Amino acid sequence: MEIQQLEQIASQVRRDILRMVSAVNSGHPGGSLGCTDLFVALYFEVMRKKLDADGKPVFSMDGKDEDLFFLSNGHISPVFYSVLARSGYFPVAELATFRKLDSRLQGHPTTAEHLPGVRIASGSLGQGLSVAAGAAFAKRLNKDDKQVYVLMGDGEQQEGQVWEAAQFIPNKKLGNVTAIIDYNLAQIDGTTTGVNDNRDLAAKYRAFGWDVKEMQGNDMADIIKTLKDAKYDHDVPTLILMHTLMGYGVDFMAGNYKWHGTALNPEQMANALGQLPVYAGMEDY
Amino acid sequence: MKKFDYTDKKDTRSGFGAGMHELGKTNPNVVALTADLAGSLKLDAFIKDFPDRFIQCGIAEANMIGVSAGLTIGGHIPFATTFANFATGRVYDQIRQSVAYSEKNVKICASHSGLTLGEDGATHQILEDLGMMKMLPNMTVICTCDYNQTKAATLAIAEHVGPVYLRFGRPVLPVFTPADQKFEIGKAWHMNEGDACSVFVTGNLVWEAVLAGEQLAAEGIEIDLINIHTIKPLDSEAILNSVKKTGCAVSVEEHNILGGLGESIAHVLAQNLPRPQEFVGTKDTFGESGTPDQLLEKYGLKAANIVEAVKKVMARK
Repeated sequence: MEIQQLEQIASQVRRDILRMVSAVNSGHPGGSLGCTDLFVALYFEVMRKKLDADGKPVFSMDGKDEDLFFLSNGHISPVFYSVLARSGYFPVAELATFRKLDSRLQGHPTTAEHLPGVRIASGSLGQGLSVAAGAAFAKRLNKDDKQVYVLMGDGEQQEGQVWEAAQFIPNKKLGNVTAIIDYNLAQIDGTTTGVNDNRDLAAKYRAFGWDVKEMQGNDMADIIKTLKDAKYDHDVPTLILMHTLMGYGVDFMAGNYKWHGTALNPEQMANALGQLPVYAGMEDY
Repeated sequence: MKKFDYTDKKDTRSGFGAGMHELGKTNPNVVALTADLAGSLKLDAFIKDFPDRFIQCGIAEANMIGVSAGLTIGGHIPFATTFANFATGRVYDQIRQSVAYSEKNVKICASHSGLTLGEDGATHQILEDLGMMKMLPNMTVICTCDYNQTKAATLAIAEHVGPVYLRFGRPVLPVFTPADQKFEIGKAWHMNEGDACSVFVTGNLVWEAVLAGEQLAAEGIEIDLINIHTIKPLDSEAILNSVKKTGCAVSVEEHNILGGLGESIAHVLAQNLPRPQEFVGTKDTFGESGTPDQLLEKYGLKAANIVEAVKKVMARK
């Protein structure tokens, strides 16, 4: 897919995020907007997925012979749901049920409602890297050469379990793991440096045995290039520090941690949606 | 009182190790994980014969639970093993979110449960694990009583789809259950017919309950002895049928009386057939260092305590 086309999809996904969060006046728009370009790149271009005759993705829990994605920082569920729906895992209209009673689109992703595309519950932070490690180990046992992607927050790096997994994965030579950190330097109480400084994450992961790369997470071309050009070493896992702006795509939200978990009021919504065009062939849910 | 003969004494954890070795041969999907306690969990034979399906996680239990959850996604059946304290309390949220809520087919297998871990003391002697695990939706909770039952349960949980907590221990106990038994999850074992008092017992204390039954029988009191090896799902039918006959109950467990088997039984009785019940278990306390036998005696978990509880509850009928 052309870069421009991916960017147009990203514009629609950002509209979805804002409308989903606004509709229930709850949810986490900031990180969702910041990670939109990554999700669009993964699901529309990078990941090798099982498709049916019509080109629609076919979801199976075991994910054998396809690339897998795990969302560890589950609070950015709006972007996950929007991209799953827009790439064909479930009807786009279902986005309107986000965070409502009896919905499959719970506040944080879950397998309990059997939503296609979700393989693990997440929300309580720090667990996704371990789950990805297990799934990658299973792929090795199954002689399945596909890749396992996992996204974490940078605030999430304060959780101890992350470092248990960070040590385990290189030691087990799980080169089929690509871990991505949303490096927006913001968390719900403030900046990551102010709340509990992660210091030099790149150096830390390198010391643990990872191949560390950096990527501009709000530059579609750079995301595609970094992920598609990656020549994965059989034995060495990859860690990508993905530079993003929390709230990217809406000028008054970009770079401000206060939009971590705050919905927009109607006036702000009108302003924000005005900055995010609906392109030909797409429409709001 | 029916006679329970035995020729051998073994630890229940060795029954687990034997079960794992057999599963290694019969079920190619079974994977064993441990957090630096492979020897204590008796995994040596499994590791020797199936090294590719063994994952040494090091001292990182939270990661072990997450890795286990991930392995199920590829169709494997992970058996995550460590001491009961580190298998539950330390990783409760990981089990809650990545295993129970996510409905993952993970088997959490815990040795060194309860006081009978002995000299290591209270930091390692968890007496709350059954309560924590039974409170989790989707979780099956099993506590076994001898080598053979532990081995049979290990084989059975591999066939069961869904998260399981299997609790066993360190003490060397008489091997008195049949070697060829078929372990039925959720089905209580009716060990002795009697009409004086129902005694519901789980885990390491089943043998103490047998001894108590013999002492009581010598005094003309025949207990209805039932081994509840599956704490959840609980065999309510067996409990109610027994108490209908006896009119009173004693629960026996190496666990805090708050949150354990006794509370589950009390819940069934309160709702369906309110009758007096006495609780043999630890009384909302931590343990301490000592030999297993000294600890059982100090904390009131010996046959003599069961005898006393039976007499007390019979007087309340």
